[in-house]
Amino acid sequence: MSRRLRLWILTVGGLGFALLFTAACLRLPDFGGNSHPYGDRAVGAALAHHTANVVSAVNFDQRAFDTLGEETILFAAVLGTVVLLRQTPDERQVRPTPAQISVPIRRYALTMLPVTLLVGLYVVVHGQLSPGGGFQGGVVAATALHLLYIGADYRALERIRPVGLYEVGDAVGEGVYLVLGIAGLLGGSAFLANTLIPYGTFNTLASGGFVPLLNAAVGMEVACAVVVLLAGFLDQAVEIEKEAGT
Amino acid sequence: MTDVLVLISLLLVAGSATAVVAVRDPARQALVLAVLGLTLTVLFTVLQAPDVALSQLAVGSALTPLLILLSVRKVRRPGRCEGGDR
Repeated sequence: MSRRLRLWILTVGGLGFALLFTAACLRLPDFGGNSHPYGDRAVGAALAHHTANVVSAVNFDQRAFDTLGEETILFAAVLGTVVLLRQTPDERQVRPTPAQISVPIRRYALTMLPVTLLVGLYVVVHGQLSPGGGFQGGVVAATALHLLYIGADYRALERIRPVGLYEVGDAVGEGVYLVLGIAGLLGGSAFLANTLIPYGTFNTLASGGFVPLLNAAVGMEVACAVVVLLAGFLDQAVEIEKEAGT
Repeated sequence: MTDVLVLISLLLVAGSATAVVAVRDPARQALVLAVLGLTLTVLFTVLQAPDVALSQLAVGSALTPLLILLSVRKVRRPGRCEGGDR
């Protein structure tokens, strides 16, 4: 294909996209308007199931099947990363030498570690009540552990992070979500239907039926997945070296 | 008032996104990307989407820059032949 032809195709495609996009935008409701038909229905459905955080109700109740898909994407992506970043026969493991860490950084990291971990767990547990949930809290809790790498050294991090256990946790989180979905199918009406257990009192920790359970499963999956993902990258960046002369 | 806040945060996002593209060194780019993540967090908060803002804060300004920095470190590591495995 000549350069000229490619430019023509680009121009036609760009113009077509610009026209269609402008036409679509002109029919959109005004920015920040008061009419939210989908939002109103979502709020109604969330309140009917006693879930205070409507976003969590959408994620884990009204559209729980979509979340299963998203959770599985993360699971598969981390699985692929683990396979790609594994130690190959022509690579060897070297002990990283402990680095000197200045006292303020060490103090800051070791103070922030429990605080960050607590914030992460809080965000997971309160997913059905306030903004946040399994995904956000899981990422925060997982990154909190890595403050130990900043505050101490890699060996200290490896000691509190047995990767095998976190790989199991990753799979268990994914599996629990599926099992809860099947429970909804067998005991209730449909796959992932939120009809099996009582909805509880509005705005308490045990409200929302399946929402806190699915949320906790996602939290566990995401936290473990991020730890495993970072372990793969950290091992490659810190410990694994190409064998000399290959 | 809200419109002004939205406009300011949109401008901040546009500015930091341009800065990410303009910076050529990957290690610095990761740090500027973290700043872009922060400005996006501000934008989502102003637009009343705190759930998305939290995700953006955790992933966009902590996790992604960290993964980029680790990759850069691996590629640049001394005593290692060229042609990385990534």
